[in-house]
Amino acid sequence: MIHSLFLINHSGDIFLEKHWKSVISRSVCDYFFEAREKAVDPENVPPVLQTPHHYLISIYRGKLFFLSVIQTEVAPLFVIEFLHRVADTIQDYFGECSEGIIKDNIVTVYELLEEMLDNGFPLATESNVLKEMIRPPTILRSVVNTLTGSSNVGDTLPTGQLSNVPWRRAGVKYTNNEAYFDVIEEIDAILDKSGTTVFAEIQGVIEACVRLTGMPDLTLSFMNPRLLDDVSFHPCVRFKRWESERVLSFIPPDGNFTLMNYHVSSQNLVAIPVYVKQSISFFETGPCGRLDITIGPKQTMGKTVENMMVTIHMPKAVLNANLTATQGTYTYDLTTKVLVWDIGKLNPQKLPNLRGSLSTQLAISGNPRYIMTLKLSQLMLVDCLKVSRLDMYGEKYKPFKGVKYLTKAGKFQVRT
Amino acid sequence: MSCATSDLEVQEEEEEEGGGGDHEERAHLEEGGGGGGSFQTQPLRHDDLKEMLDSNKDSLKLEAMKRIVAMIARGKNASDLFPAVVKNVACKNIEVKKLVYVYLVRYAEEQQDLALLSISTFQRGLKDPNQLIRASALRVLSSIRVTIIVPIMMLAIKEAASDMSPYVRKTAAHAIPKLYSLDPEQKDQLIEVIEKLLADKTTLVAGSVVMAFEEVCPERIDLIHKNYRKLCNLLIDVEEWGQVVIINMLTRYARTQFLNPNINESLLEEGSGGDKTFYGSDEDEDEDEEEKEKNAEAPAMAKRKPYVMDPDHRLLLRNTKPLLQSRNAAVVMAVAQLYFHLAPKAEVGVIAKALVRLLRSHSEVQYVVLQNVATMTIKRRGMFEPYLKSFYIRSTDPTQIKVLKLEVLTNLANETNISTILREFQTYIKSMDKDFVAATIQAIGRCATNIGEVRDTCLNGLVQLLSNRDELVVAESVVVIKKLLQMQPEKHSDIIKHMAKLTDNIQVPMARASILWLIGEYCEHVPKIAPDVLRKMAKSFTNEEDIVKLQIINLAAKLYLTNSKQTKLLTQYVLNLAKYDQNYDIRDRARFIRQLIVPTEKSGALSKYAKKLFLALKPAPVLESPFKDRDHFQLGSLSHLLNAKAGGYQELPDWPEAAPDPSVRNVEVKDSVFTLLERVTTLTSVPEWTKCSSREKRKEKKVEKPFYSDSEGESGPTESADSESDSASGSESGSGSEESGSGSESVESEEGSESEEEEEDEEEKNKKKKKKELKKPVQESESEQSSEEEERKPERKSKQRKSDSESESDEEESESESSQSESEDSESEAEIKKKKKAAESKPPTKPVKKENKKEKKEMSLLDLDDFEPAPSPQVTPVNTFLSNSLVTDLEGLSLSDTVLSPATIAPSSALKNYELLHRITGEGLSVEYCFSRQPFSPDANMVAVQMQFTNNATSDTKNLHMEDVKLQSGMRVKEFPEIELLPAGETAAAVMGIDFCDSTQAANFQLCTHTKKFFVSIQPPVGELMRPIFLTENEFKKEQGQLMGMNEITEKLTLDAKCRNEHAIVQRVTTAANLSRVPCGSDKECSPPVPPPDHPIHRFAGRTVTSSSLVLVTVATKEEGAAQLTVNCEKMLIGTMLVKDILLALTQ
Repeated sequence: MIHSLFLINHSGDIFLEKHWKSVISRSVCDYFFEAREKAVDPENVPPVLQTPHHYLISIYRGKLFFLSVIQTEVAPLFVIEFLHRVADTIQDYFGECSEGIIKDNIVTVYELLEEMLDNGFPLATESNVLKEMIRPPTILRSVVNTLTGSSNVGDTLPTGQLSNVPWRRAGVKYTNNEAYFDVIEEIDAILDKSGTTVFAEIQGVIEACVRLTGMPDLTLSFMNPRLLDDVSFHPCVRFKRWESERVLSFIPPDGNFTLMNYHVSSQNLVAIPVYVKQSISFFETGPCGRLDITIGPKQTMGKTVENMMVTIHMPKAVLNANLTATQGTYTYDLTTKVLVWDIGKLNPQKLPNLRGSLSTQLAISGNPRYIMTLKLSQLMLVDCLKVSRLDMYGEKYKPFKGVKYLTKAGKFQVRT
Repeated sequence: MSCATSDLEVQEEEEEEGGGGDHEERAHLEEGGGGGGSFQTQPLRHDDLKEMLDSNKDSLKLEAMKRIVAMIARGKNASDLFPAVVKNVACKNIEVKKLVYVYLVRYAEEQQDLALLSISTFQRGLKDPNQLIRASALRVLSSIRVTIIVPIMMLAIKEAASDMSPYVRKTAAHAIPKLYSLDPEQKDQLIEVIEKLLADKTTLVAGSVVMAFEEVCPERIDLIHKNYRKLCNLLIDVEEWGQVVIINMLTRYARTQFLNPNINESLLEEGSGGDKTFYGSDEDEDEDEEEKEKNAEAPAMAKRKPYVMDPDHRLLLRNTKPLLQSRNAAVVMAVAQLYFHLAPKAEVGVIAKALVRLLRSHSEVQYVVLQNVATMTIKRRGMFEPYLKSFYIRSTDPTQIKVLKLEVLTNLANETNISTILREFQTYIKSMDKDFVAATIQAIGRCATNIGEVRDTCLNGLVQLLSNRDELVVAESVVVIKKLLQMQPEKHSDIIKHMAKLTDNIQVPMARASILWLIGEYCEHVPKIAPDVLRKMAKSFTNEEDIVKLQIINLAAKLYLTNSKQTKLLTQYVLNLAKYDQNYDIRDRARFIRQLIVPTEKSGALSKYAKKLFLALKPAPVLESPFKDRDHFQLGSLSHLLNAKAGGYQELPDWPEAAPDPSVRNVEVKDSVFTLLERVTTLTSVPEWTKCSSREKRKEKKVEKPFYSDSEGESGPTESADSESDSASGSESGSGSEESGSGSESVESEEGSESEEEEEDEEEKNKKKKKKELKKPVQESESEQSSEEEERKPERKSKQRKSDSESESDEEESESESSQSESEDSESEAEIKKKKKAAESKPPTKPVKKENKKEKKEMSLLDLDDFEPAPSPQVTPVNTFLSNSLVTDLEGLSLSDTVLSPATIAPSSALKNYELLHRITGEGLSVEYCFSRQPFSPDANMVAVQMQFTNNATSDTKNLHMEDVKLQSGMRVKEFPEIELLPAGETAAAVMGIDFCDSTQAANFQLCTHTKKFFVSIQPPVGELMRPIFLTENEFKKEQGQLMGMNEITEKLTLDAKCRNEHAIVQRVTTAANLSRVPCGSDKECSPPVPPPDHPIHRFAGRTVTSSSLVLVTVATKEEGAAQLTVNCEKMLIGTMLVKDILLALTQ
């Protein structure tokens, strides 16, 4: 299926290549570079390209292109999903997925790729299995390695592939047994110019960090599972049990993983925690414009809004901004034309305001676009999913359990 | 020179060590040195690597190998190190070894002779006791692309395909396409291996082998038949990548094997034209999704020609549905396309939600999903309409995503939502992204053409855009307006005038050309302006773009024909300019037009028709979605995305006219059904035995099984040898019996009892005479008995005798005996022919090996599997169930024998009535229901509920029907037909069917009259979730033996004083649960010497309605009213509840 993989950096250098079948010349990437140039923005490169003899499927992650070469029909999502899995794995191993990191660990990455695909078909993609075959580097180990000359390849052969639960390795041991769950809900919203909600929904995710000895079998139940409209699970979750009882029953992978993604059914209108009053105008007559933004809390039910930040993408013609903020700081990046206003904690008594003038070139076209990011700690929405209990079966010890709730802005955007 | 090279050397060494560093430069140097220069550097540099590889220290070797692999990763040539590296292939250090493997796989093709040196190492590895070493040896061996070793690879693959370890078998599956690409001539042999691996029952292998199948022999769809059900059932546990491949393959398979579930719909569509379906689809799909599912069956049934979905088709749909919840976008997409291509129209809606969810994923995923959604929205708009807002565009989306979302929004637009969509579009026009704005204007144009009501609004909006500051916006608007105006030009001459003014400002060629075309086309509407425009254009002609020049010529020609007085000179001027233009198209056009319009002596007949030629009425352009008709490509495929057939694309076949024989899939299914059923139970009942996870257990079993089947003899029970020594037909019967159908089952048992009876005392015989006589004709009518069957009879008898002589206590022995005899008996069944065929196609060695206890259990389960998918539409609801099979005949006999009249069949008089709606809450309407215990004819999996409506009010009640059914997932309801009128004081009855999915969850719904709605719910007692089946005592015991352990629940009790006689016990148990009595006459048959026991044991048998799991109840009486109640049921939950209920019934 997947024939070859090329890793390409921002400036168009191929810094890693891996072939699973016969070798394909790098020159195949020229077609990609052509498209890359045409697209201007790296985000706009079509993920699927057709060349006379091959198909190129690429993803853009961490300022890198993962470009795979395909020769025959295959589901494009299959490849895209796999490439993202590769990026995830690299991130999981080394903490980030960047050119520098990959270059520093090129042998490990190459070995990983070798294990992940066999003849172009995915072989082992579970991080737990991979980590048994190729150990991730740690500081301690890298010191030891330089002294003794050994490397990160496991000296015992992995059992994970064969274990009963492919996503969990056998023989896990911890002195502190703990299981943490973060329920993170993101508000996706589009507000129009006047501040009314065009579209809003809540997407949630449960991130788990489970460090438990042995083979624990966990059951997570919710106070209000009816809230869930659409869900997707980590493969460890038992579908049938969910369907019949609305509880999550699973043997967790070891370490960090995403247990579940969900969508909250929006029968009730989503309460937007802040409001924005904004006006931007560009004068027809002179090379300047005015900007005035006020932000205030709304329906936060006593919770404070933290990490409030407003990002404004200005039209190309805006040369500079001369503004004053009553709270927080603002920066204007002249090359990318992005104005960032970092407000921090929202104070309901004194509403933060940003106003001032913009200097522009004469011709102005298009409107700026706002993106807001904000964070609310604690549960705050009415529609928040609440965990009622976590039970463990199959092991005797008592684990430490913790659940944290967080609501933040997802794709939150104000139109102008 | 040497100095320079050593400098280079140093630099490069440093970089190697440093890891990162400046790459480009070095790459440059090396590439440049492909010729002479680096010829000297290369050996120099690699010498130290070679030295390190030759050293004794593992650490040095490792260091060297790491550097070499890093070179490979960067795409640099390291081939000259081959001899030095290959020496280390047998290195003890596993890390070095791994890296050597990596190297070998990369360079073996280039250095074939040397690569052969390493082969022996791998061959040794293939024999290693460690499965992982075997697997990795095979992996590397098969990755070495050297043609000489093809035979070795072939051998290795064949061997590995029958390896004990599923992991090695998986590797073998991976190796198949590798070998195939190396040497396509091996295809036939490889297909054999694929066939073998397809029969594998482990989830580990399934994905890989289907992938191999798709690459090597996708056309051999016949190989799938036998494995179809297994694949469906295993699917949920296969790893995600395998799921994608399997689902895609099964989509294709289903298209060749099943009938189009929308066949009625499509007939309707053809019959009543496009408009009808347009509305029809809306109505269908606007409904809430849940409701849709429920109604799925209803509309299909109402159609003239009833379409009955193949149970296998249903199985596929049912088993793939949960995968919509996968975290893997590819899996979700695969299921979505499967539903789109295979599901009945009303069910396709379920995929919308999952697809919308994917829109939150990475932009590449969005890109692909939106392309597919765009195609779907054309065919099934209603499906995505509720999610309209999810396709709203954010300014942060990449342009390609924005454009796709626009496409979807445009496809979704209809009369009701167009105003919202247009408002959305208006905000998009203000975007900074110019390409996107252009696309939006195009989209507005398309909405305007598609929806007549808003055409004028759109046109006005677009005209307003003409005064936009941005030229691109204006230009795009002009182009779109031009298309719109063509639809009704006469109304809009002012717009044309307005646009004519724009020619002064607009510079975009396409827009200028469009305006000129418009003016030319509709010059009668603007008679004064047109010549003036031509004048201006003539002036600037030489500076215009080519497309504009062509339109100027056109305009000139048209004006010349309509208004030659004013424009004759201008036209000639333009034509003269064009005559000397650089572009030959323009010169050609000018010459051609001059000949046509300017009358000369030489001009031919054509010039007479010039007017007709130029001023003909042009049809308005149809603005179509680029995604129209793209669904002839399988959705989710690369070909669909590119809208062109990609290499290796497997065409999605059309539905067959008539369904191919569905029995081809019948042969298989052993433990797949078993695991499925097991899973259902384990998943619902985890808390009770949490010690070990269900998944774990499953896996364990799967791993074990091949192990057993491979290791001959020792582990198998002794009988296996016995049956092996039988004729080949004997072993066939082993497999044949595994799937005896519902009807045949009873015949089989009859046969069995007959053969037993022959051994019995005289009095018994006399009794049975009648029975035999009755039976004979039946046998004759059905007899397709082969002569070989006759021959085996004596043999069987002898065996039977043996089993009789054996004591009861020797449980296992007798059990397996009886099962064996049973399996032989089954040969004589009505379905014998079919089974023979199936059995013959099996490799004969298999069933023999399968003779262990577990397999037997599966056999019994198989029966029910076959039992289930035979819901042949029964004509009359009452009693058909019984009379269809031979059960009744037999039961009647046994009744007369044992004088236990009403007990065996559920007594209808004992039906308990439950109240659904009280007279007071129902405001006069009272409803009672009871479980009629009769098979529900429209759907065998439903429990029939008889409802009795009484109108106690003084006024009539009308339109009594049910609504808003709320069910747990999996449950289904067949509503009772609406009761038009229930006069005051009258009573009416109706029957509805509920599939409770073997749970006691209540079915909630609203009971509606013409004025009121009442919330009601029906909750079944556990005893109503089953239906009686007939078992002989032997069968009962055998089945019971297999449902031990956790499937058995025992309680001690003291019988109620009134309930100590046989009759009362039977009466109470059958009232509590819909079971049938196992005739205890056979009890005596089994052990003739024992006198009738003082403390009889009562046995009852049934199957759960939905999953057909056996439910066995035993009441063993003891002294003084003490008794022991035993319930054996796979569904532990049901078992537990049943115990409680029966206990209650017996003690009160």
